[in-house]
Amino acid sequence: MSTVTEAGPADVAGSARALSERRPLGDRTFQILALASGLLVLVILVLIAFSTTQQASSWFTSQGWKIFTYNWNPTAGDYGALAFIYGTAVTGIIAIVMSVPVSIGIALLLTEVVPYRAARPIVYVIDLLAVVPSVVWGLWGILIFAPWLNHIYADIGSAVKGIPVLGNLFGPPTSGASFFTCGVILAFMITPIVTSLSREVMATVPAIDKEGAYALGATRWEMIRGAVWPHSQGGVVGAVLLGLGRAMGETIAAALVIGSSAVITSHLFAPGYNMPAVIANQFGEASGVFRAALIGIGVLLFAITIIINVIAHTIVERSARRARGA
Amino acid sequence: MAVVTEQPNIDLREPKGWRRNLNRIMTWLMVLSFILVIIPLVFVLVTVVIKGAPVISWTWLTTGPIPPNVAPADVGGIGPAVLGTILITFWATLMAVPLGILGAIYLNEYSGGRGLLGGLISFFSDVMTGVPSIVMGLFIFSIWVLHFGFSGFAGSLALGCLMLPIVIRSTYEMLRLVPNSLREGSYALGATKARVTVTVVLPAALGGIVSGALLAIARAAGETAPLLFTILVVTTANPNVFSGPNTSLPSQIFTNASSAFTGAQARGWGAALTLIVICFVLMIAARIVTARFTRFQQH
Amino acid sequence: MTQPEQNVAAQVQAEAETQQRTQTAAHRRMEPGGNSVFDTENVSIFYGSFKAVTDVSLTMYENEITAFIGPSGCGKTTVLRTLNRMNDLVPGAHVEGDVRYRGASLYAKGVSPIAVRRRIGMVFQKPNPFPKSIYDNVAYGPRINGEHNKGKLNEIVERSLQQAALWDEVKDRLNKSGLGLSGGQAQRLCIARTIAVEPDVILMDEPCSALDPIATGAIEDLMKEIKSKYTIVIVTHNMQQATRVSDRTAFYSVLRNEKSDTRTGVLVEYDKTERLFQDPSDPRTQAYVTGRMG
Repeated sequence: MSTVTEAGPADVAGSARALSERRPLGDRTFQILALASGLLVLVILVLIAFSTTQQASSWFTSQGWKIFTYNWNPTAGDYGALAFIYGTAVTGIIAIVMSVPVSIGIALLLTEVVPYRAARPIVYVIDLLAVVPSVVWGLWGILIFAPWLNHIYADIGSAVKGIPVLGNLFGPPTSGASFFTCGVILAFMITPIVTSLSREVMATVPAIDKEGAYALGATRWEMIRGAVWPHSQGGVVGAVLLGLGRAMGETIAAALVIGSSAVITSHLFAPGYNMPAVIANQFGEASGVFRAALIGIGVLLFAITIIINVIAHTIVERSARRARGA
Repeated sequence: MAVVTEQPNIDLREPKGWRRNLNRIMTWLMVLSFILVIIPLVFVLVTVVIKGAPVISWTWLTTGPIPPNVAPADVGGIGPAVLGTILITFWATLMAVPLGILGAIYLNEYSGGRGLLGGLISFFSDVMTGVPSIVMGLFIFSIWVLHFGFSGFAGSLALGCLMLPIVIRSTYEMLRLVPNSLREGSYALGATKARVTVTVVLPAALGGIVSGALLAIARAAGETAPLLFTILVVTTANPNVFSGPNTSLPSQIFTNASSAFTGAQARGWGAALTLIVICFVLMIAARIVTARFTRFQQH
Repeated sequence: MTQPEQNVAAQVQAEAETQQRTQTAAHRRMEPGGNSVFDTENVSIFYGSFKAVTDVSLTMYENEITAFIGPSGCGKTTVLRTLNRMNDLVPGAHVEGDVRYRGASLYAKGVSPIAVRRRIGMVFQKPNPFPKSIYDNVAYGPRINGEHNKGKLNEIVERSLQQAALWDEVKDRLNKSGLGLSGGQAQRLCIARTIAVEPDVILMDEPCSALDPIATGAIEDLMKEIKSKYTIVIVTHNMQQATRVSDRTAFYSVLRNEKSDTRTGVLVEYDKTERLFQDPSDPRTQAYVTGRMG
């Protein structure tokens, strides 16, 4: 007795209906949740821009273009922020100048010189460096590093006093907490980022290009200049920009070691101020337009770092695409 | 008929000195850069341990309130700060990690990081990792604190905003490494995309995701700036994260660092040591998870 | 040893002896060329403890084109890279036996691989121009050897590109990127780049395998033109190419080691090209060139 029956037309239609059923609710909900979470990034960025600008509006409206003047005197109602913009630029540049050669050197060390197994401990050290919280850098900076540096500053300062350019840069007044100290600590903090990004870029250089250089009788350094560097330079530039953005936005270490003095001066060993530091240090006591000014400085900082990051990521992406194509 | 002539004299020794020397100098410069980086790291760690260890004890870590700056080092404890750090970071993690994973799922499983929306989200979540943490603090101040007052939770929101792009980025990289053959196997059995993602892709990438999340937590635990305007540092413990100001280890270190009193400074060192230990433990945990539980790493 | 194992061992022994006798026979009847450029004597190449190539002995002569042919995995590229110490770049690689270049041992103490590679250049399977201009690609070698005089560099670049039969095509765009050339042009650029340092020998590792037939023909013509100035050793998968361009041919094959399931390359026969293809001494050569193998 056969237990298998032939499928009749109704059955077939029924199964066809099953195939065309709409996606189950759970599946669609999941997709919507995922999309919403992704969109959250864009939403937050937009909200940041709007809410902070709104809170800072009284500063913008009451000062107009004077916000870019060198005139910071809250008690008198003057809120020109040029000194902080200057300080952010100066400390950022010092950090880059000190960190970039070191970071590229380590990246080259890891990709070209050191054999694979010996590379791991070096990477661990770099990771350790990255994990130290910025407030600990600041604590050590202001209590130990800055006083020690001050001796060195004093010696250099007296040595170059009076000499045309050097005296203006490195001459007195000197102070442990200064632009330069801040720049050095920022350099410590951004080295891990620039190193690991540069390393990623350099690792994409095709081995066959390196072999081509060696086959012409090149030494390792000549191979690096001929084959590795042309491939990596775009990506490394992007990495450096990202480091610069990070240095400019770094708050707590800067707040502790920069010296909290709102002056524009060429003397790098003198105390100064920068954007995130002034916000951190003075927000507690601020209200009204003063507070709006501090938030406004935050808006400027946000804008600057967003621009730098957009440029940096565009450069990195474009050089990665070119590396894949070639 | 081929002619055999006298062979030229072959000298196969090193090329002219300057080329070899340049190569050697450059190699040594690279090694020097690494040494230049080890020195400050060692100094910081050694100093923190030497100055912080004498202050730390179990009672010190768990009792409060935090004494005023003038008090000597053996008075009081930083329990409130430890509690605050744990609670605030916990809530930040609770919000940022699931949302970050879902966002990365959208990027990799649904949009492939391409297309208008996918491309924008991917690009801007990278950009967002570069937003200064103090801006996150100002942001939450503007939209939350002004309406709901200072609280630990406000700090969690700010830290969460900081963690979100980091979690998205690291989760996305992990999801990309999961081979497509795994997904196809599940699809072929008739599973929906949601089911495939949750039951096959996530477990496969889990090690890397957890590791990335641990690193994000370590970053958040060490942040001070977002908390400055959101939790309003206090000296007594506040177990209620949702109402009333709170404190945290980094916040305490910050206020103590600029104090002239040795007692306060000693407490700062102790708190710094505690914080570093927490961050290191999280980092080591992340490494262990990566080493033992990720199966799809490319070399 | 059990009986089957003894049989296998005896078989392997017999085969080795036959091979040795055949090799010696082919070598003996082969006329020498002019000066010997390479002289390998019982050279075996190891990666760590794994023997990749065993017991290669042959002599390559000045101003001739020598071809290495054989099935995949027979070690012909490995042997080639041993001739300019490129195997040094592979961790764990080492060489036993003697490799002599014009009488000087390449692997003796104190020998600099950099000096070796300046004299013995290499062109690779996939053209690999640097991401620089055409001019800078060709000038790279002379520059690292200390030549910075603009006039002399111009002269070297033009001469090398002319010898590589590429000058007319690129003389008006010397500062365009080398990456923008077609496959055949890029390979000729790599040859020009190699020629620019005035080597003695040019090694070529399957230089045409990534190129279309027309580009391949151009490279083959080029090889025949420049052999009066250089000695060329070429690894090729293409037997017709070997017959077209080479004066002598070395045929490699694979020895299977059943016990450890590894394959070791071995030199089977080395003779003047015409004779190797039309009247090979070894049955394995016969099988390969008539297409029954590999």
